[in-house]
Amino acid sequence: MREVAIIGVGLTKFGELWDQNIRDMFAEAALKAMADAKVDKIDSLYVGAMSGGLYAYQEHLGSLMADYIGQAGVPAARVESACSSGAQAARMAYYEIASGASDIVLVGGVEKMWDVDDGTFVLATAADQEYEAYNGVTFPGLYAMMAQVYMQRYGLTREELAAVPIKSHKHAVHNPYAQYPFEIDLKAVLSAAPVADPLRLLDCSPITDGAAAIIMAPLEIAKNFTDKPVKIKGIGAATGPIALHDHKDLTRLDAVRLSAERAYKAAGASPSDISFVEVHDCFSIAEILVAEELGFFDYGTAGKAIAEGQATYGGKVVINPSGGLKAKGHPVGATGVAQLIEATLQLQGRAGKRQIENIKLGMTQNMGGSGGSSVVNILEAI
Amino acid sequence: MANSQRYTREIPHRFRLEAQKFEDGFVSLPNRYISPSGCKNFEKITLSGKGKILSYTIISTPSDQFKLIKPFPVAIIETEEGARLTAMITDTPFEKVKIGANVELVFRKIMEEGHSGIINYGYKAIVI
Repeated sequence: MREVAIIGVGLTKFGELWDQNIRDMFAEAALKAMADAKVDKIDSLYVGAMSGGLYAYQEHLGSLMADYIGQAGVPAARVESACSSGAQAARMAYYEIASGASDIVLVGGVEKMWDVDDGTFVLATAADQEYEAYNGVTFPGLYAMMAQVYMQRYGLTREELAAVPIKSHKHAVHNPYAQYPFEIDLKAVLSAAPVADPLRLLDCSPITDGAAAIIMAPLEIAKNFTDKPVKIKGIGAATGPIALHDHKDLTRLDAVRLSAERAYKAAGASPSDISFVEVHDCFSIAEILVAEELGFFDYGTAGKAIAEGQATYGGKVVINPSGGLKAKGHPVGATGVAQLIEATLQLQGRAGKRQIENIKLGMTQNMGGSGGSSVVNILEAI
Repeated sequence: MANSQRYTREIPHRFRLEAQKFEDGFVSLPNRYISPSGCKNFEKITLSGKGKILSYTIISTPSDQFKLIKPFPVAIIETEEGARLTAMITDTPFEKVKIGANVELVFRKIMEEGHSGIINYGYKAIVI
């Protein structure tokens, strides 16, 4: 198989994009990525989106987006795996390039979330619709039930849990694409509106419009397009039970652990080689559980480690330099691609004021549902 | 809005708690063709409805179908047969909803599908 690299990136601003529809957002990000990679023609297109149908009443996104980025004629398809749709789309492109079938592949993720008023219902379709959502549970509710067990078992306090969103917002201050580029304090987190006990509004990633796109190519020709290609050194994906009640341990995310093990093996790397990671912090507790499954902290210790500063600049590993889903924003299908963009900018030294120094390897982790699917990428600057 | 078959085909599980006990010990509600670890042989069982809370939350921001009853507790329950399920807790003061609390499943209205849609029933749990 051929080695694969990212050669260009493009993002829209994340937030409430009232003047742009789903195709506008996608085209803006995609055309920026093509300009960044200096390509005017692609061989293939993948679109990551969780629910074009329920959010924008639009399916068949492959055809629509190929047309609106001036590439009608190329093969194109939408890839869906709930909140991990973006990384799953990139994974399809990875194998299409590695196999030799295509050279220049555009991967875009997009979600138009602000055009409907019951987004909670749409997100809940990523759970077991008939046996979880039917009985009233929401996505914050599922993660809240993980948090209840974790906090009781390991003695994590409500104040320590708040350290996760406080850190995310601090990182987002320097991200011009972030939805919420400002700091929040402990008082704000603890007094925010209750969502699903113990989670409050500032424990939860927001509703976000946005799109993200990358251009991928075989590493052997990547230098024709950029001086600093970013190699996908290892990729791993896995599934877990769709229903949280079928997780044997409610504080464990088996799909995340499996996807990480596969990525580490493919890359020949271990957690100590990773300088920074963009993780799927859809809720504050998620960042803690994921950081443990990725091998950065022992089970039961990540919450306190993050509260002690081990996941920011100067700590053991920088988690979510972009601001993460919490502060950068979480346009569901775009998130996995946006994580790859942050990793690419960091590895290329283009991350501005949030630049991490002396990077060895970078990592992304994108998750669907309550741990029903996960994709991990390990990346290296060439 | 879906047709009523989508709803009626789940009735054996939601109304009567009909489940499967696989030879490998896995208990499933609803039906599966194969257990998570690959076992295809099972016997049909009916859950007693008694179980324990493994975790819970109080939902303050539900989806639209449940807006009129917020806030409400939801729990993950393990039944005495070993089945895992998610259910709303009803007829119980919030302070009694705790990890480890004993519950009993009861038949209740779950929601209405709009003005002209069908009324949905199923199980909720009471702390006993």
